[in-house]
Parts: sequence; C-alpha cells; structure tokens
Amino acid sequence: MAGPLLQLSDVHASYGPVHALRGVNVTVNEGEIVTLIGANGAGKSTLLMTICGNPKPAQGQILFQDKSLVGMPPHLIARQGIAQVPEGRRIFPRMTVLENLQLGATLADPAHFAEDLAICYGLFPILEKRQAQRAGTLSGGEQQMLAISRALMSRPRMLLLDEPSLGLAPLIIRQIFQVIEQLNRERGMTILLVEQNAYHALKLAHRAYVLASGEVVLTGSGRELLANEQVRAAYLEGGAH
Amino acid sequence: MGFTLAVGTFLQHLINGLTLGAIYGLIAIGYTMVYGIIRMINFAHGEIYMIGAFIAVTTFTLLLGAGVTSVPLALVIVLAISCTFTAAYGWTIERVAYRPLRTAPKLAPFISAIGMSILLQNFVMLTQGARSKSLPPVMTGGVTLWHDGDFSLGLTNIQMFIILLTVALMAGFTLVINRTALGRAQRACEQDRTMAALLGINVDRTISLTFVLGAGLAAVAGVMVTLYYGVIDFYIGFLAGMKAFTAAVLGGIGSLPGAMLGGLLIGLIEAFFSGYVSSAYKDVAAFSILILVLVVRPSGLLGRPDIEKV
Ligand SMILES: Nc1ncnc2c1ncn2[C@@H]1O[C@H](COP(=O)(O)OP(=O)(O)OP(=O)(O)O)[C@@H](O)[C@H]1O
Ligand SMILES: [Mg+2]
Repeated sequence: MAGPLLQLSDVHASYGPVHALRGVNVTVNEGEIVTLIGANGAGKSTLLMTICGNPKPAQGQILFQDKSLVGMPPHLIARQGIAQVPEGRRIFPRMTVLENLQLGATLADPAHFAEDLAICYGLFPILEKRQAQRAGTLSGGEQQMLAISRALMSRPRMLLLDEPSLGLAPLIIRQIFQVIEQLNRERGMTILLVEQNAYHALKLAHRAYVLASGEVVLTGSGRELLANEQVRAAYLEGGAH
Repeated sequence: MGFTLAVGTFLQHLINGLTLGAIYGLIAIGYTMVYGIIRMINFAHGEIYMIGAFIAVTTFTLLLGAGVTSVPLALVIVLAISCTFTAAYGWTIERVAYRPLRTAPKLAPFISAIGMSILLQNFVMLTQGARSKSLPPVMTGGVTLWHDGDFSLGLTNIQMFIILLTVALMAGFTLVINRTALGRAQRACEQDRTMAALLGINVDRTISLTFVLGAGLAAVAGVMVTLYYGVIDFYIGFLAGMKAFTAAVLGGIGSLPGAMLGGLLIGLIEAFFSGYVSSAYKDVAAFSILILVLVVRPSGLLGRPDIEKV
C-alpha cells in the first residue's frame, strides 16, 4: 500500500457558534477502506463535508495527493478526484435517473460516459430499468444505489460515503456493502466510510477511527476496534448483527 | 354580417394579445429562472428590458444614419448588440447586488433589488434624458387576413416577427434547459446547490449564466417593443416588469413553461379587456386575475406546490 492519499491535521470546523470538529487528525492511504464511527452529532458528516470544502476548515491542514484543499471551493475540490455520497443521498428528485448519472459525470471525459454507465448498471441493474424514471420516485435503496453510482461516474480517486446503509432493509444493506468491498478490491478504490452500522463497517475496514464530540478518541485496524471493549459497549450493543 | 364582424374583432384582439403575450413571456422567463435558482425576485429585471429597448433605439438610429437599409441586417445587428450589452448588465447586477447577499436574510437582497431597479432607471434617465425617445417605423407592412366593408383583420409584419421569434426562442430555450449539460447544471443548482457543487458544478458561474440568459431574452423583448410601439422612455421597465412578474407568478414561479403560459395569458387578458371593456383599466384586469388564480391555486397554474412562496 502506498503513502497517504488524504491527510487531515488538526482540522477544526464550525457552524456559527457550533464547534463541530475540534482538531481532527485522520489519514487515508491509497487503496484503503477507512471507517469512521461515532455517536449522533459526533461530527462525522461534518468531517466529510469539510474535506469537500463546505464548511471550510477554520483551522488545520487538509492534504490530498500532497495538495492543500484548504480554501479551495467545493467544485474545485471535486475536480481533484474526490466524490461524496452524502448523508441523506441528495439525489436530484425532479430529474431522471439517467440525468442524475449525467450530472455525476460532470467532471469526467465524455468519451468514458458509456463505459462508466455500463459499470454502474452492472453494479446495480435496477438502475438501468429505472433510468427514465424521476429519481424522487425511487425507493430508498434504489436512491442509495443511484447516489453511489452518481459518485462513481466522475471516476474519482477517492470515495467518501456517509451512512450508505441508513434506513435500508438488511438485504439491500448487504448488497451495498458488497459493492463497497468490490470497488475497493477490484478497482483499488480508496474509501472513507461513515457508518452507524458499525459491525459491518468495521469488518470491511482496513483501519478505523472513532469520533466523539468532534475529536478522534480511538483509532486502530478494523479488527482491533471490533475487539475493543469500549467500542463493543458503545457501538456494537448486542454483539454481531 | 354582424356575426362575422364579431368574429373578426375577436381575432384581431387575439392577434394583438398574442403579440403582447410574447413580449411578457420573454421577460417572465428571466424572473422565473432567477427565482428558480436563487429563490429571489430580481426586481431590476424590468429595467434590463428597458435598457434593451434603449440600446435598440440607439443602434437602429445609428444604423439608419449610416445608411443601412436592409431591415433583416439591421435587426440582426440590433439584436446582437442589445443582447450582448444587457447580458453584461445582467451579469453585473448579480455580481454587485445579489451575490454578496446570497446568505443574508431574504429582506436584504429584496431591498438591494429595488435599489438596483431605481438606480438603473435613474442612470438611463440621466444619460438618455427623461423624455421619450422614438424611432421611425423600421418594419412596415403586413397582410390583411380578411376584410368586410370598413373592417379589416390585419397581421402586421412586426407582429409576425414578434410571434415567430418568440416561439423559436422559447423552443430553443426549453431545449437548452431540458437537453444540454448547461441546462442540467442549471436544474441541479435549482434543486440542491450544495450537492451540485460536490459534483464539480461551478454554482456561481451557473447562477451568473442564468442572469445572462434571462437578460438576453429581456433584451429581445425590448427590441420587439421598440419596433412595435416605436416610442420608449426610461419608465417602461416598471410596468412591463410588473406584468411579466405577474405572468411568472400566474404560471407558477420557478416554472419555465409556466412563465411562457403566464405571459401569453396576461397578454391576452390585456388585449381582450382593452377591446371589450375598457383600455383604461386593462392593467387592473391582469392583476385581478392574478389574485384570483393565487387564491384558488397558490402555486400558480403550472407551479409545483412544494416550491416556497415569495
Ligand atoms: N448545517 C449545520 N448548521 C448548524 N449546525 C450543524 C449543521 N450541521 C451539523 N451541525 C451540528 O454539528 C454537529 C455535528 O454534526 P454532524 O452532522 O457532523 O454529526 P454526525 O456525526 O454526522 O451525526 P449523525 O450520526 O446524526 O449523522 C452537531 O452538533 C450538529 O448539530
Ligand atoms: Mg451524519
């Protein structure tokens, strides 16, 4: 495995008076799946959004491929090769599935479009059946598949996923985790994954961080955190799901 | 005889109404597109139309002075110059008056918009004079569709030009919004600006382009009105702007087909009301219909109920 692709050092971020990140240090190496777990309001989504430039970090350094992202507007950060599947999916509800995917390909070379579309439809065949349908009429699981596919359409160097399993049925969750694992294994995609579904996410992860009140309180390999007593008590209540 | 005359009169009002409706519709598109993307009414938009008309008069006068006699050539030049300059105005207005206030409470850009409108009116009044400007008829002639005794039903070349150009522009614009990458980016910014930026869309540039396109269409309307009436003054933007705004709200603010339909309806209402009831109260008629429609259907004729109201 190569050196760090993404490196956050002492990153602070606020929403007005709310100090959501308080000096976070997180590193993601090329080809890794790194999982971020933490309670509600710990600052997980804020961390992913801060990487993407919204909100802008109030302090600290964010390096992606040794280039500073601090102060860069979100659309230029996307151009560096970072794609996010945000919390709540945020598909464009009044556009068709295909249009959502076309928007995902905004930064991609148009010559790749057909190939990339075929890859997404290969991962999630249901999307091809739904391609002319308004995205707002898709089921929750289908919307999540669309959000992931939309992110992939830009051929990112790195994928940020914010709770992709939220609100989905167990069967769909398994499918989504399979795809995440497959993207990493077959395509070498670097992934930063935020999850409440800690058991699955930690099993999948090379390394993981636990975030609490805007700070990293624990870090280690996915396996180490799975075995950790505190983690088990706080995030894996009832053992393996 | 009485019956055919009645039909003829009706058709004449219809033609006049369509012409007016085309002009209102073109202006209304600018209101609706800007509202769609930044949820704000650009009250200076009527002034953009007025400036388009002034540039048209000036350019026509210069061209006539320079001995350009070909009407199509003159029209193309005037449209190009008017659209270019007003596009620059549209772009600048957004940069100066709205962008700095994008995250401010809603009242701030609202007041800024009204200030910008007054500023532009006064700017034109000071530089062009407060008196009306007129243009000798550039486009004359027309066809008589039907006549019977004293009555004749006519369609002037100007009316034909206005209606055909409007249909072409609206079709082209609809195509751009629905089928091109620019249109997709525009709609994405309307639905979720934060997400659009995460996908690499330059939101600021998309908003600027929306103002530029809206201003361009308003400029075309300004050129049309110059040809149609031949007389303009620095104040024409106010009433036309109010009516086009009414048209946009009537059709459902934020909706592109709604703006076109609303413009058409306002034009028709105005023409028929002037023809059959009273031309002095034609403006009251248009605004009354608006109030009625909004009581029954607050989101406008083609608007989505989920879009927030002004
Ligand atoms: N747009 C915002 N404006 C103001 N405060 C915000 C905003 N977004 C998040 N916050 C606050 O920042 C803190 C961190 O929120 P964040 O959404 O990052 O948590 P999270 O770890 O993703 O939680 P969850 O697991 O519930 O998604 C919370 O206190 C939240 O209330
Ligand atoms: Mg969150």
